[in-house]
Amino acid sequence: MLEALLDALRSQLVLLFMPAEFVVGVAQFLVTLWSFLVAVSNAFAAGLKSAPALLAPEPPGWGGNLLRGLMNSVYIAVGAYALGLAIGTAGAYGKLYGGPILRDLLEVYTTIVRGVPELILILLLYYAGGDLINRLLALLGQSPVDINGLVAGIAVLGIVQGAYSTEVLRGAILAIPQGQIEAARAFGMPPLLMMRRVTLPAMLPFAIPGLANLWLIATKDTALLAVVGSFSELTLETRQAAGATKAYFTFYLAAGGLYLALSLVSNVLIARIEAWSRRGMPAIAGGH
Amino acid sequence: MSASDTTIDRLARASLWWQPHRIGLIVVAAALAVAAAVFMRWDWLPNYLGLAVYGIWTTIWILVVTSVLGFALAVPLGFAQVAGPRWLAWPALWFCTTIRGTPLLLQLWLLYYGLGSLFPQFPEIRQSDLWPYLRQAWPYAVVALTFSYAAYEGEVMRGAFAGVARGQLEAGRAFGMSRMTVFRRIWLPQAARSALPTLAGETVWQLKATPLVATITVIDIYSVASRVRQDTFVVYEPLLLLAVVYLCLTGVIVALFRRLEARVPSRLG
Repeated sequence: MLEALLDALRSQLVLLFMPAEFVVGVAQFLVTLWSFLVAVSNAFAAGLKSAPALLAPEPPGWGGNLLRGLMNSVYIAVGAYALGLAIGTAGAYGKLYGGPILRDLLEVYTTIVRGVPELILILLLYYAGGDLINRLLALLGQSPVDINGLVAGIAVLGIVQGAYSTEVLRGAILAIPQGQIEAARAFGMPPLLMMRRVTLPAMLPFAIPGLANLWLIATKDTALLAVVGSFSELTLETRQAAGATKAYFTFYLAAGGLYLALSLVSNVLIARIEAWSRRGMPAIAGGH
Repeated sequence: MSASDTTIDRLARASLWWQPHRIGLIVVAAALAVAAAVFMRWDWLPNYLGLAVYGIWTTIWILVVTSVLGFALAVPLGFAQVAGPRWLAWPALWFCTTIRGTPLLLQLWLLYYGLGSLFPQFPEIRQSDLWPYLRQAWPYAVVALTFSYAAYEGEVMRGAFAGVARGQLEAGRAFGMSRMTVFRRIWLPQAARSALPTLAGETVWQLKATPLVATITVIDIYSVASRVRQDTFVVYEPLLLLAVVYLCLTGVIVALFRRLEARVPSRLG
């Protein structure tokens, strides 16, 4: 049937003065593409057939390992996010109220972190941080230590997150109506009290969208630690499970599902937090 | 903006920038750079120069190809979510959500190791004309990075399409323009204009995602640095040089998009 179709095409195309080989080639390509897609969906089905056994939570299956990996990823993401927020708050205050040298140094920090791939920063900070600590220990006459993968991961990702947090929080503080801060100053509030009572709560609605985005980035950046291979978070666990069973497709798909679930749950929580932070503010005009 | 950008303004800004403490900081930075050049090991550099040029070229072409293809895919993705029927809007929404909700590294590995390990089991695929490409790593890298760019930028385009004022589209229809013409002459240009400022940031993100392709054996500049580390056990020097290379590429992207944005009129209608 296909041959007949191609013959028909060929005879028609001579009349149209088009290079018949070209069109036949295109037709063959389309047929190839079609059989390719069929084969891909077959592969999909074949890959999923053995999935329940492979993903069982008990030891012959690897589901337990994946869930443990997910928990570890969440730990790292929470830790890195908290560290990033601390660095970001300090950085935002430094950029807004610090002296010229501090401001320039912070600018260098945020520019470098935002211009260099996370993977390279992670490797640099990971090797350099471990080296530095061990040299310090050697100076103090202690024996070198193996740095805990969890702590290293949190520290490294936290420093990366800190640069983005700095920018988000700086923008949010600048978005606060100036009168509120002036009023707090006029009342003679000391700086820390003003930060706690006025600046931080007032900037929150402006900061939440950016901070929510940063949380999603934090959860996804934990996967990069698999390249260092220092800590058994979800992607590394998945790679080990896939390597041991050769069922790469099943495991990477399952891990993708877990990451997606984490993102979707986060999105629901973020929507609630955003609504809460905007309480008492006029609703955003929807649409046109 | 360009009207006020006189020589005097530029001089004034330059003199503001050259504050005394900045000169001090520059001296410190220069001293650090000289110290790095003198005291660190750079003897491996000449041996890997050719490979490094090849790596940078790979990084750049992957960045350009996937950004262009990704944007081309982002337009229909965004438009389908705003104006498409439900059977187009839902898949587009789920595509964006799924890609944005999972790590790119995992997507790369799913495509390359996952699908790539399934393909050879099927003779239809092995005999097809696509097989010579499917055996290499770069098509998987291009597909994964294109999808990533398309999903993130598709979300932006969705907002951009939704943000074009209804009255503009209605005016176009009232003039007797066909739907296609309204899309081509009014909707798309205005949406693209309002999405333009996000493109620079998105492309920098894309640049920063390119080293991930090294994990599926594509030889980009990052994998050259890893190779140096494995061959010579020099750890910091290649990574530092790599960071400088990426900073320069980031600077080039930002400058190019700034030029592009200056060329496009910022106010329409």
